[in-house]
Amino acid sequence: MRLEPKPAPSITVLLLYPVAAILVTLVIVSLLVLAAGASPLSVFGLVAKGAAGSQFALLETLTRATPLIFTGLAVAVAFRAKLWNIGAEAQLYIGAVVTVVLGTGALPLPAGLLIPIIAIAAMAGGALLLLGPALLKTRFGVDEVVTTLLLNFIVLLFVSLLLEGPLKDPMGLGWPQSPKVIAEAQLLRIIQGRRLHFGFIIAIVSAIVVWIIMKRTALGYEMRAVGHNPEASRFAGIPVNKVLMKTALMSGGLAALAGFSEVSGLKGNLTLDLSPGFGYSGIVVAMLAMLNPLGVVVTAIFVAGVFVGADAMSRSAGVPSYIADVMVATALLTMVTAMMFTRYRVRWR
Amino acid sequence: MEQAIEILFTASFWVAAIRIASPLIFATMGELICERAGVLNLGIEGIMTVGAFAGWFTVYSGGDLWTGVIVAALAGAAFGLLHGFLTVPLGLSQHVVGIGITLLATSLTYFVYRLVLPEVTSPPKIDPFQPWPIPGLSKIPVIGEALFAQTPLTYLAFLTVAVVAWALYRTPAGLALRAAGENPSAVEAQGISVTGVRMAAVMVGSALMAVGGAFLTMSAFNSFFFEMINGRGWICIALVVFGSWRPGKALIGAILFAAFDAYQIRLQQISGGIVPYQVFLMMPYILSILALVLVARRATYPKALMIPYQKGER
Repeated sequence: MRLEPKPAPSITVLLLYPVAAILVTLVIVSLLVLAAGASPLSVFGLVAKGAAGSQFALLETLTRATPLIFTGLAVAVAFRAKLWNIGAEAQLYIGAVVTVVLGTGALPLPAGLLIPIIAIAAMAGGALLLLGPALLKTRFGVDEVVTTLLLNFIVLLFVSLLLEGPLKDPMGLGWPQSPKVIAEAQLLRIIQGRRLHFGFIIAIVSAIVVWIIMKRTALGYEMRAVGHNPEASRFAGIPVNKVLMKTALMSGGLAALAGFSEVSGLKGNLTLDLSPGFGYSGIVVAMLAMLNPLGVVVTAIFVAGVFVGADAMSRSAGVPSYIADVMVATALLTMVTAMMFTRYRVRWR
Repeated sequence: MEQAIEILFTASFWVAAIRIASPLIFATMGELICERAGVLNLGIEGIMTVGAFAGWFTVYSGGDLWTGVIVAALAGAAFGLLHGFLTVPLGLSQHVVGIGITLLATSLTYFVYRLVLPEVTSPPKIDPFQPWPIPGLSKIPVIGEALFAQTPLTYLAFLTVAVVAWALYRTPAGLALRAAGENPSAVEAQGISVTGVRMAAVMVGSALMAVGGAFLTMSAFNSFFFEMINGRGWICIALVVFGSWRPGKALIGAILFAAFDAYQIRLQQISGGIVPYQVFLMMPYILSILALVLVARRATYPKALMIPYQKGER
């Protein structure tokens, strides 16, 4: 078999491909549900109900989507320039560490001043963390996939060290957790008494800003050019390494905002289970959105819905909630395959 | 200080080093085969997880140990088939597919684990491989114990290196595989299918990765638990680069790395808690990054690594 480029299909046909990918994913997941001895239709119903069946469920999904929007944007920005940042998890934790360091009373400032300072400092922390692998890539030719992946493990151990040492909560009964951030460092809840917080609004605004940068600025153009063909970009006079640095700073900063928003808006303190793999799920979110920053918001909510819904379903239907991770990973693979078929057709001969 | 040096002369240290090296050797050889054929396999971490579970579960359900190893290898090959199909004939991004395979393989393993063992709090144990001391040789002080009193899977790991080295450099199949990673059109010109060679390489490589994972549950430990691969797959990718894509050098890299890992564990014990234990645990990952930086300048990647091949295209 061989692949043959084909003309771009019309918009309506183009939309059929992701739909087909989702259908294939649902079929595969159905088989697993059947293997677990449950009925796929009722399980999907329970997942949908758990994700969006009530105001409470919907708000829970949006809350879960918030960090995924940030990590999804981080990955979308980086992958667009073919900077393979698989380290959003580590950058998220650095953002959370900075938030706790500055937000537990070190800076006695009013909320209007303190929160922006913390957010910017957190972004700087995440940005610097990704700058390391980016420099190793441009200066020494070290593959950033491996370095960013390994940094995830290093940073998590570093966080563990902090939580058992300098950042340990003296009132934490020996648990490895940090003290809570002060009231001035907390993001407000959007609806009183619900968990959804202003981090979600920041995430949406970030998505719009990133979209403008990618589509409407010279930097965005250069990033896309570098991702498309670094050799040609260099030939055209684009400072490829500089663009990669800027991409790294942006990507790392966005991922760190996830950590900031989780601590400041939701959890209040830092623990070792702050992120159940938001950094890795961010890759799926970005790929499902075809690296479009606005699309990231939609896919993040979708992925969050799958996780939140599966948690609820698993409690009542007895199918392990890992089915959500399987579904999300399957969706990633079917979606990239479907996207390929929008550009190529298979010739058998 | 004296204690820190004495460690290096104890047999138990070298026994541990070789034991720690064994899963890395399998998985590094697996990754090396894939990359020499031109395919970066980032599915390694997930495939090792699948192997660890498949091998252990086979034995737990009443199979014997070698059946477990074979089941693990087959499970790895199955994920290799998927990885290969998506990246070779379909030519999808090896980065994205690899990460996708890792996510899929890991979550599928956890799903199945929870499905078959819903209620367990502590993971059930199996009777793992026991050491097979080789008569005579195992009596040599220090070295004998380290090299010749290990479990059969460790011997298999070393045998794998020899077989991979021989196959890569001394057989027509190995030549085709290396050429597929350097100059695929030359392979096609010989009437050999690049797609076929690369698919086979990814499947065999993935099978080896899975056996590396199975080593952990069937030889190093005796049960399966979550997150037990713990970045070993990523370290193996670094080891392949460190070993310049050569089986012998990669073997030395794996043993050096494992020796360092075994050393830091012992250093941790004698340091008496002055240095936080996390610093020691970070060492292997930091070391991997340093090793990459060290060799990066003179690394000679297989020329067609990560470049999809389309027949008739230039």
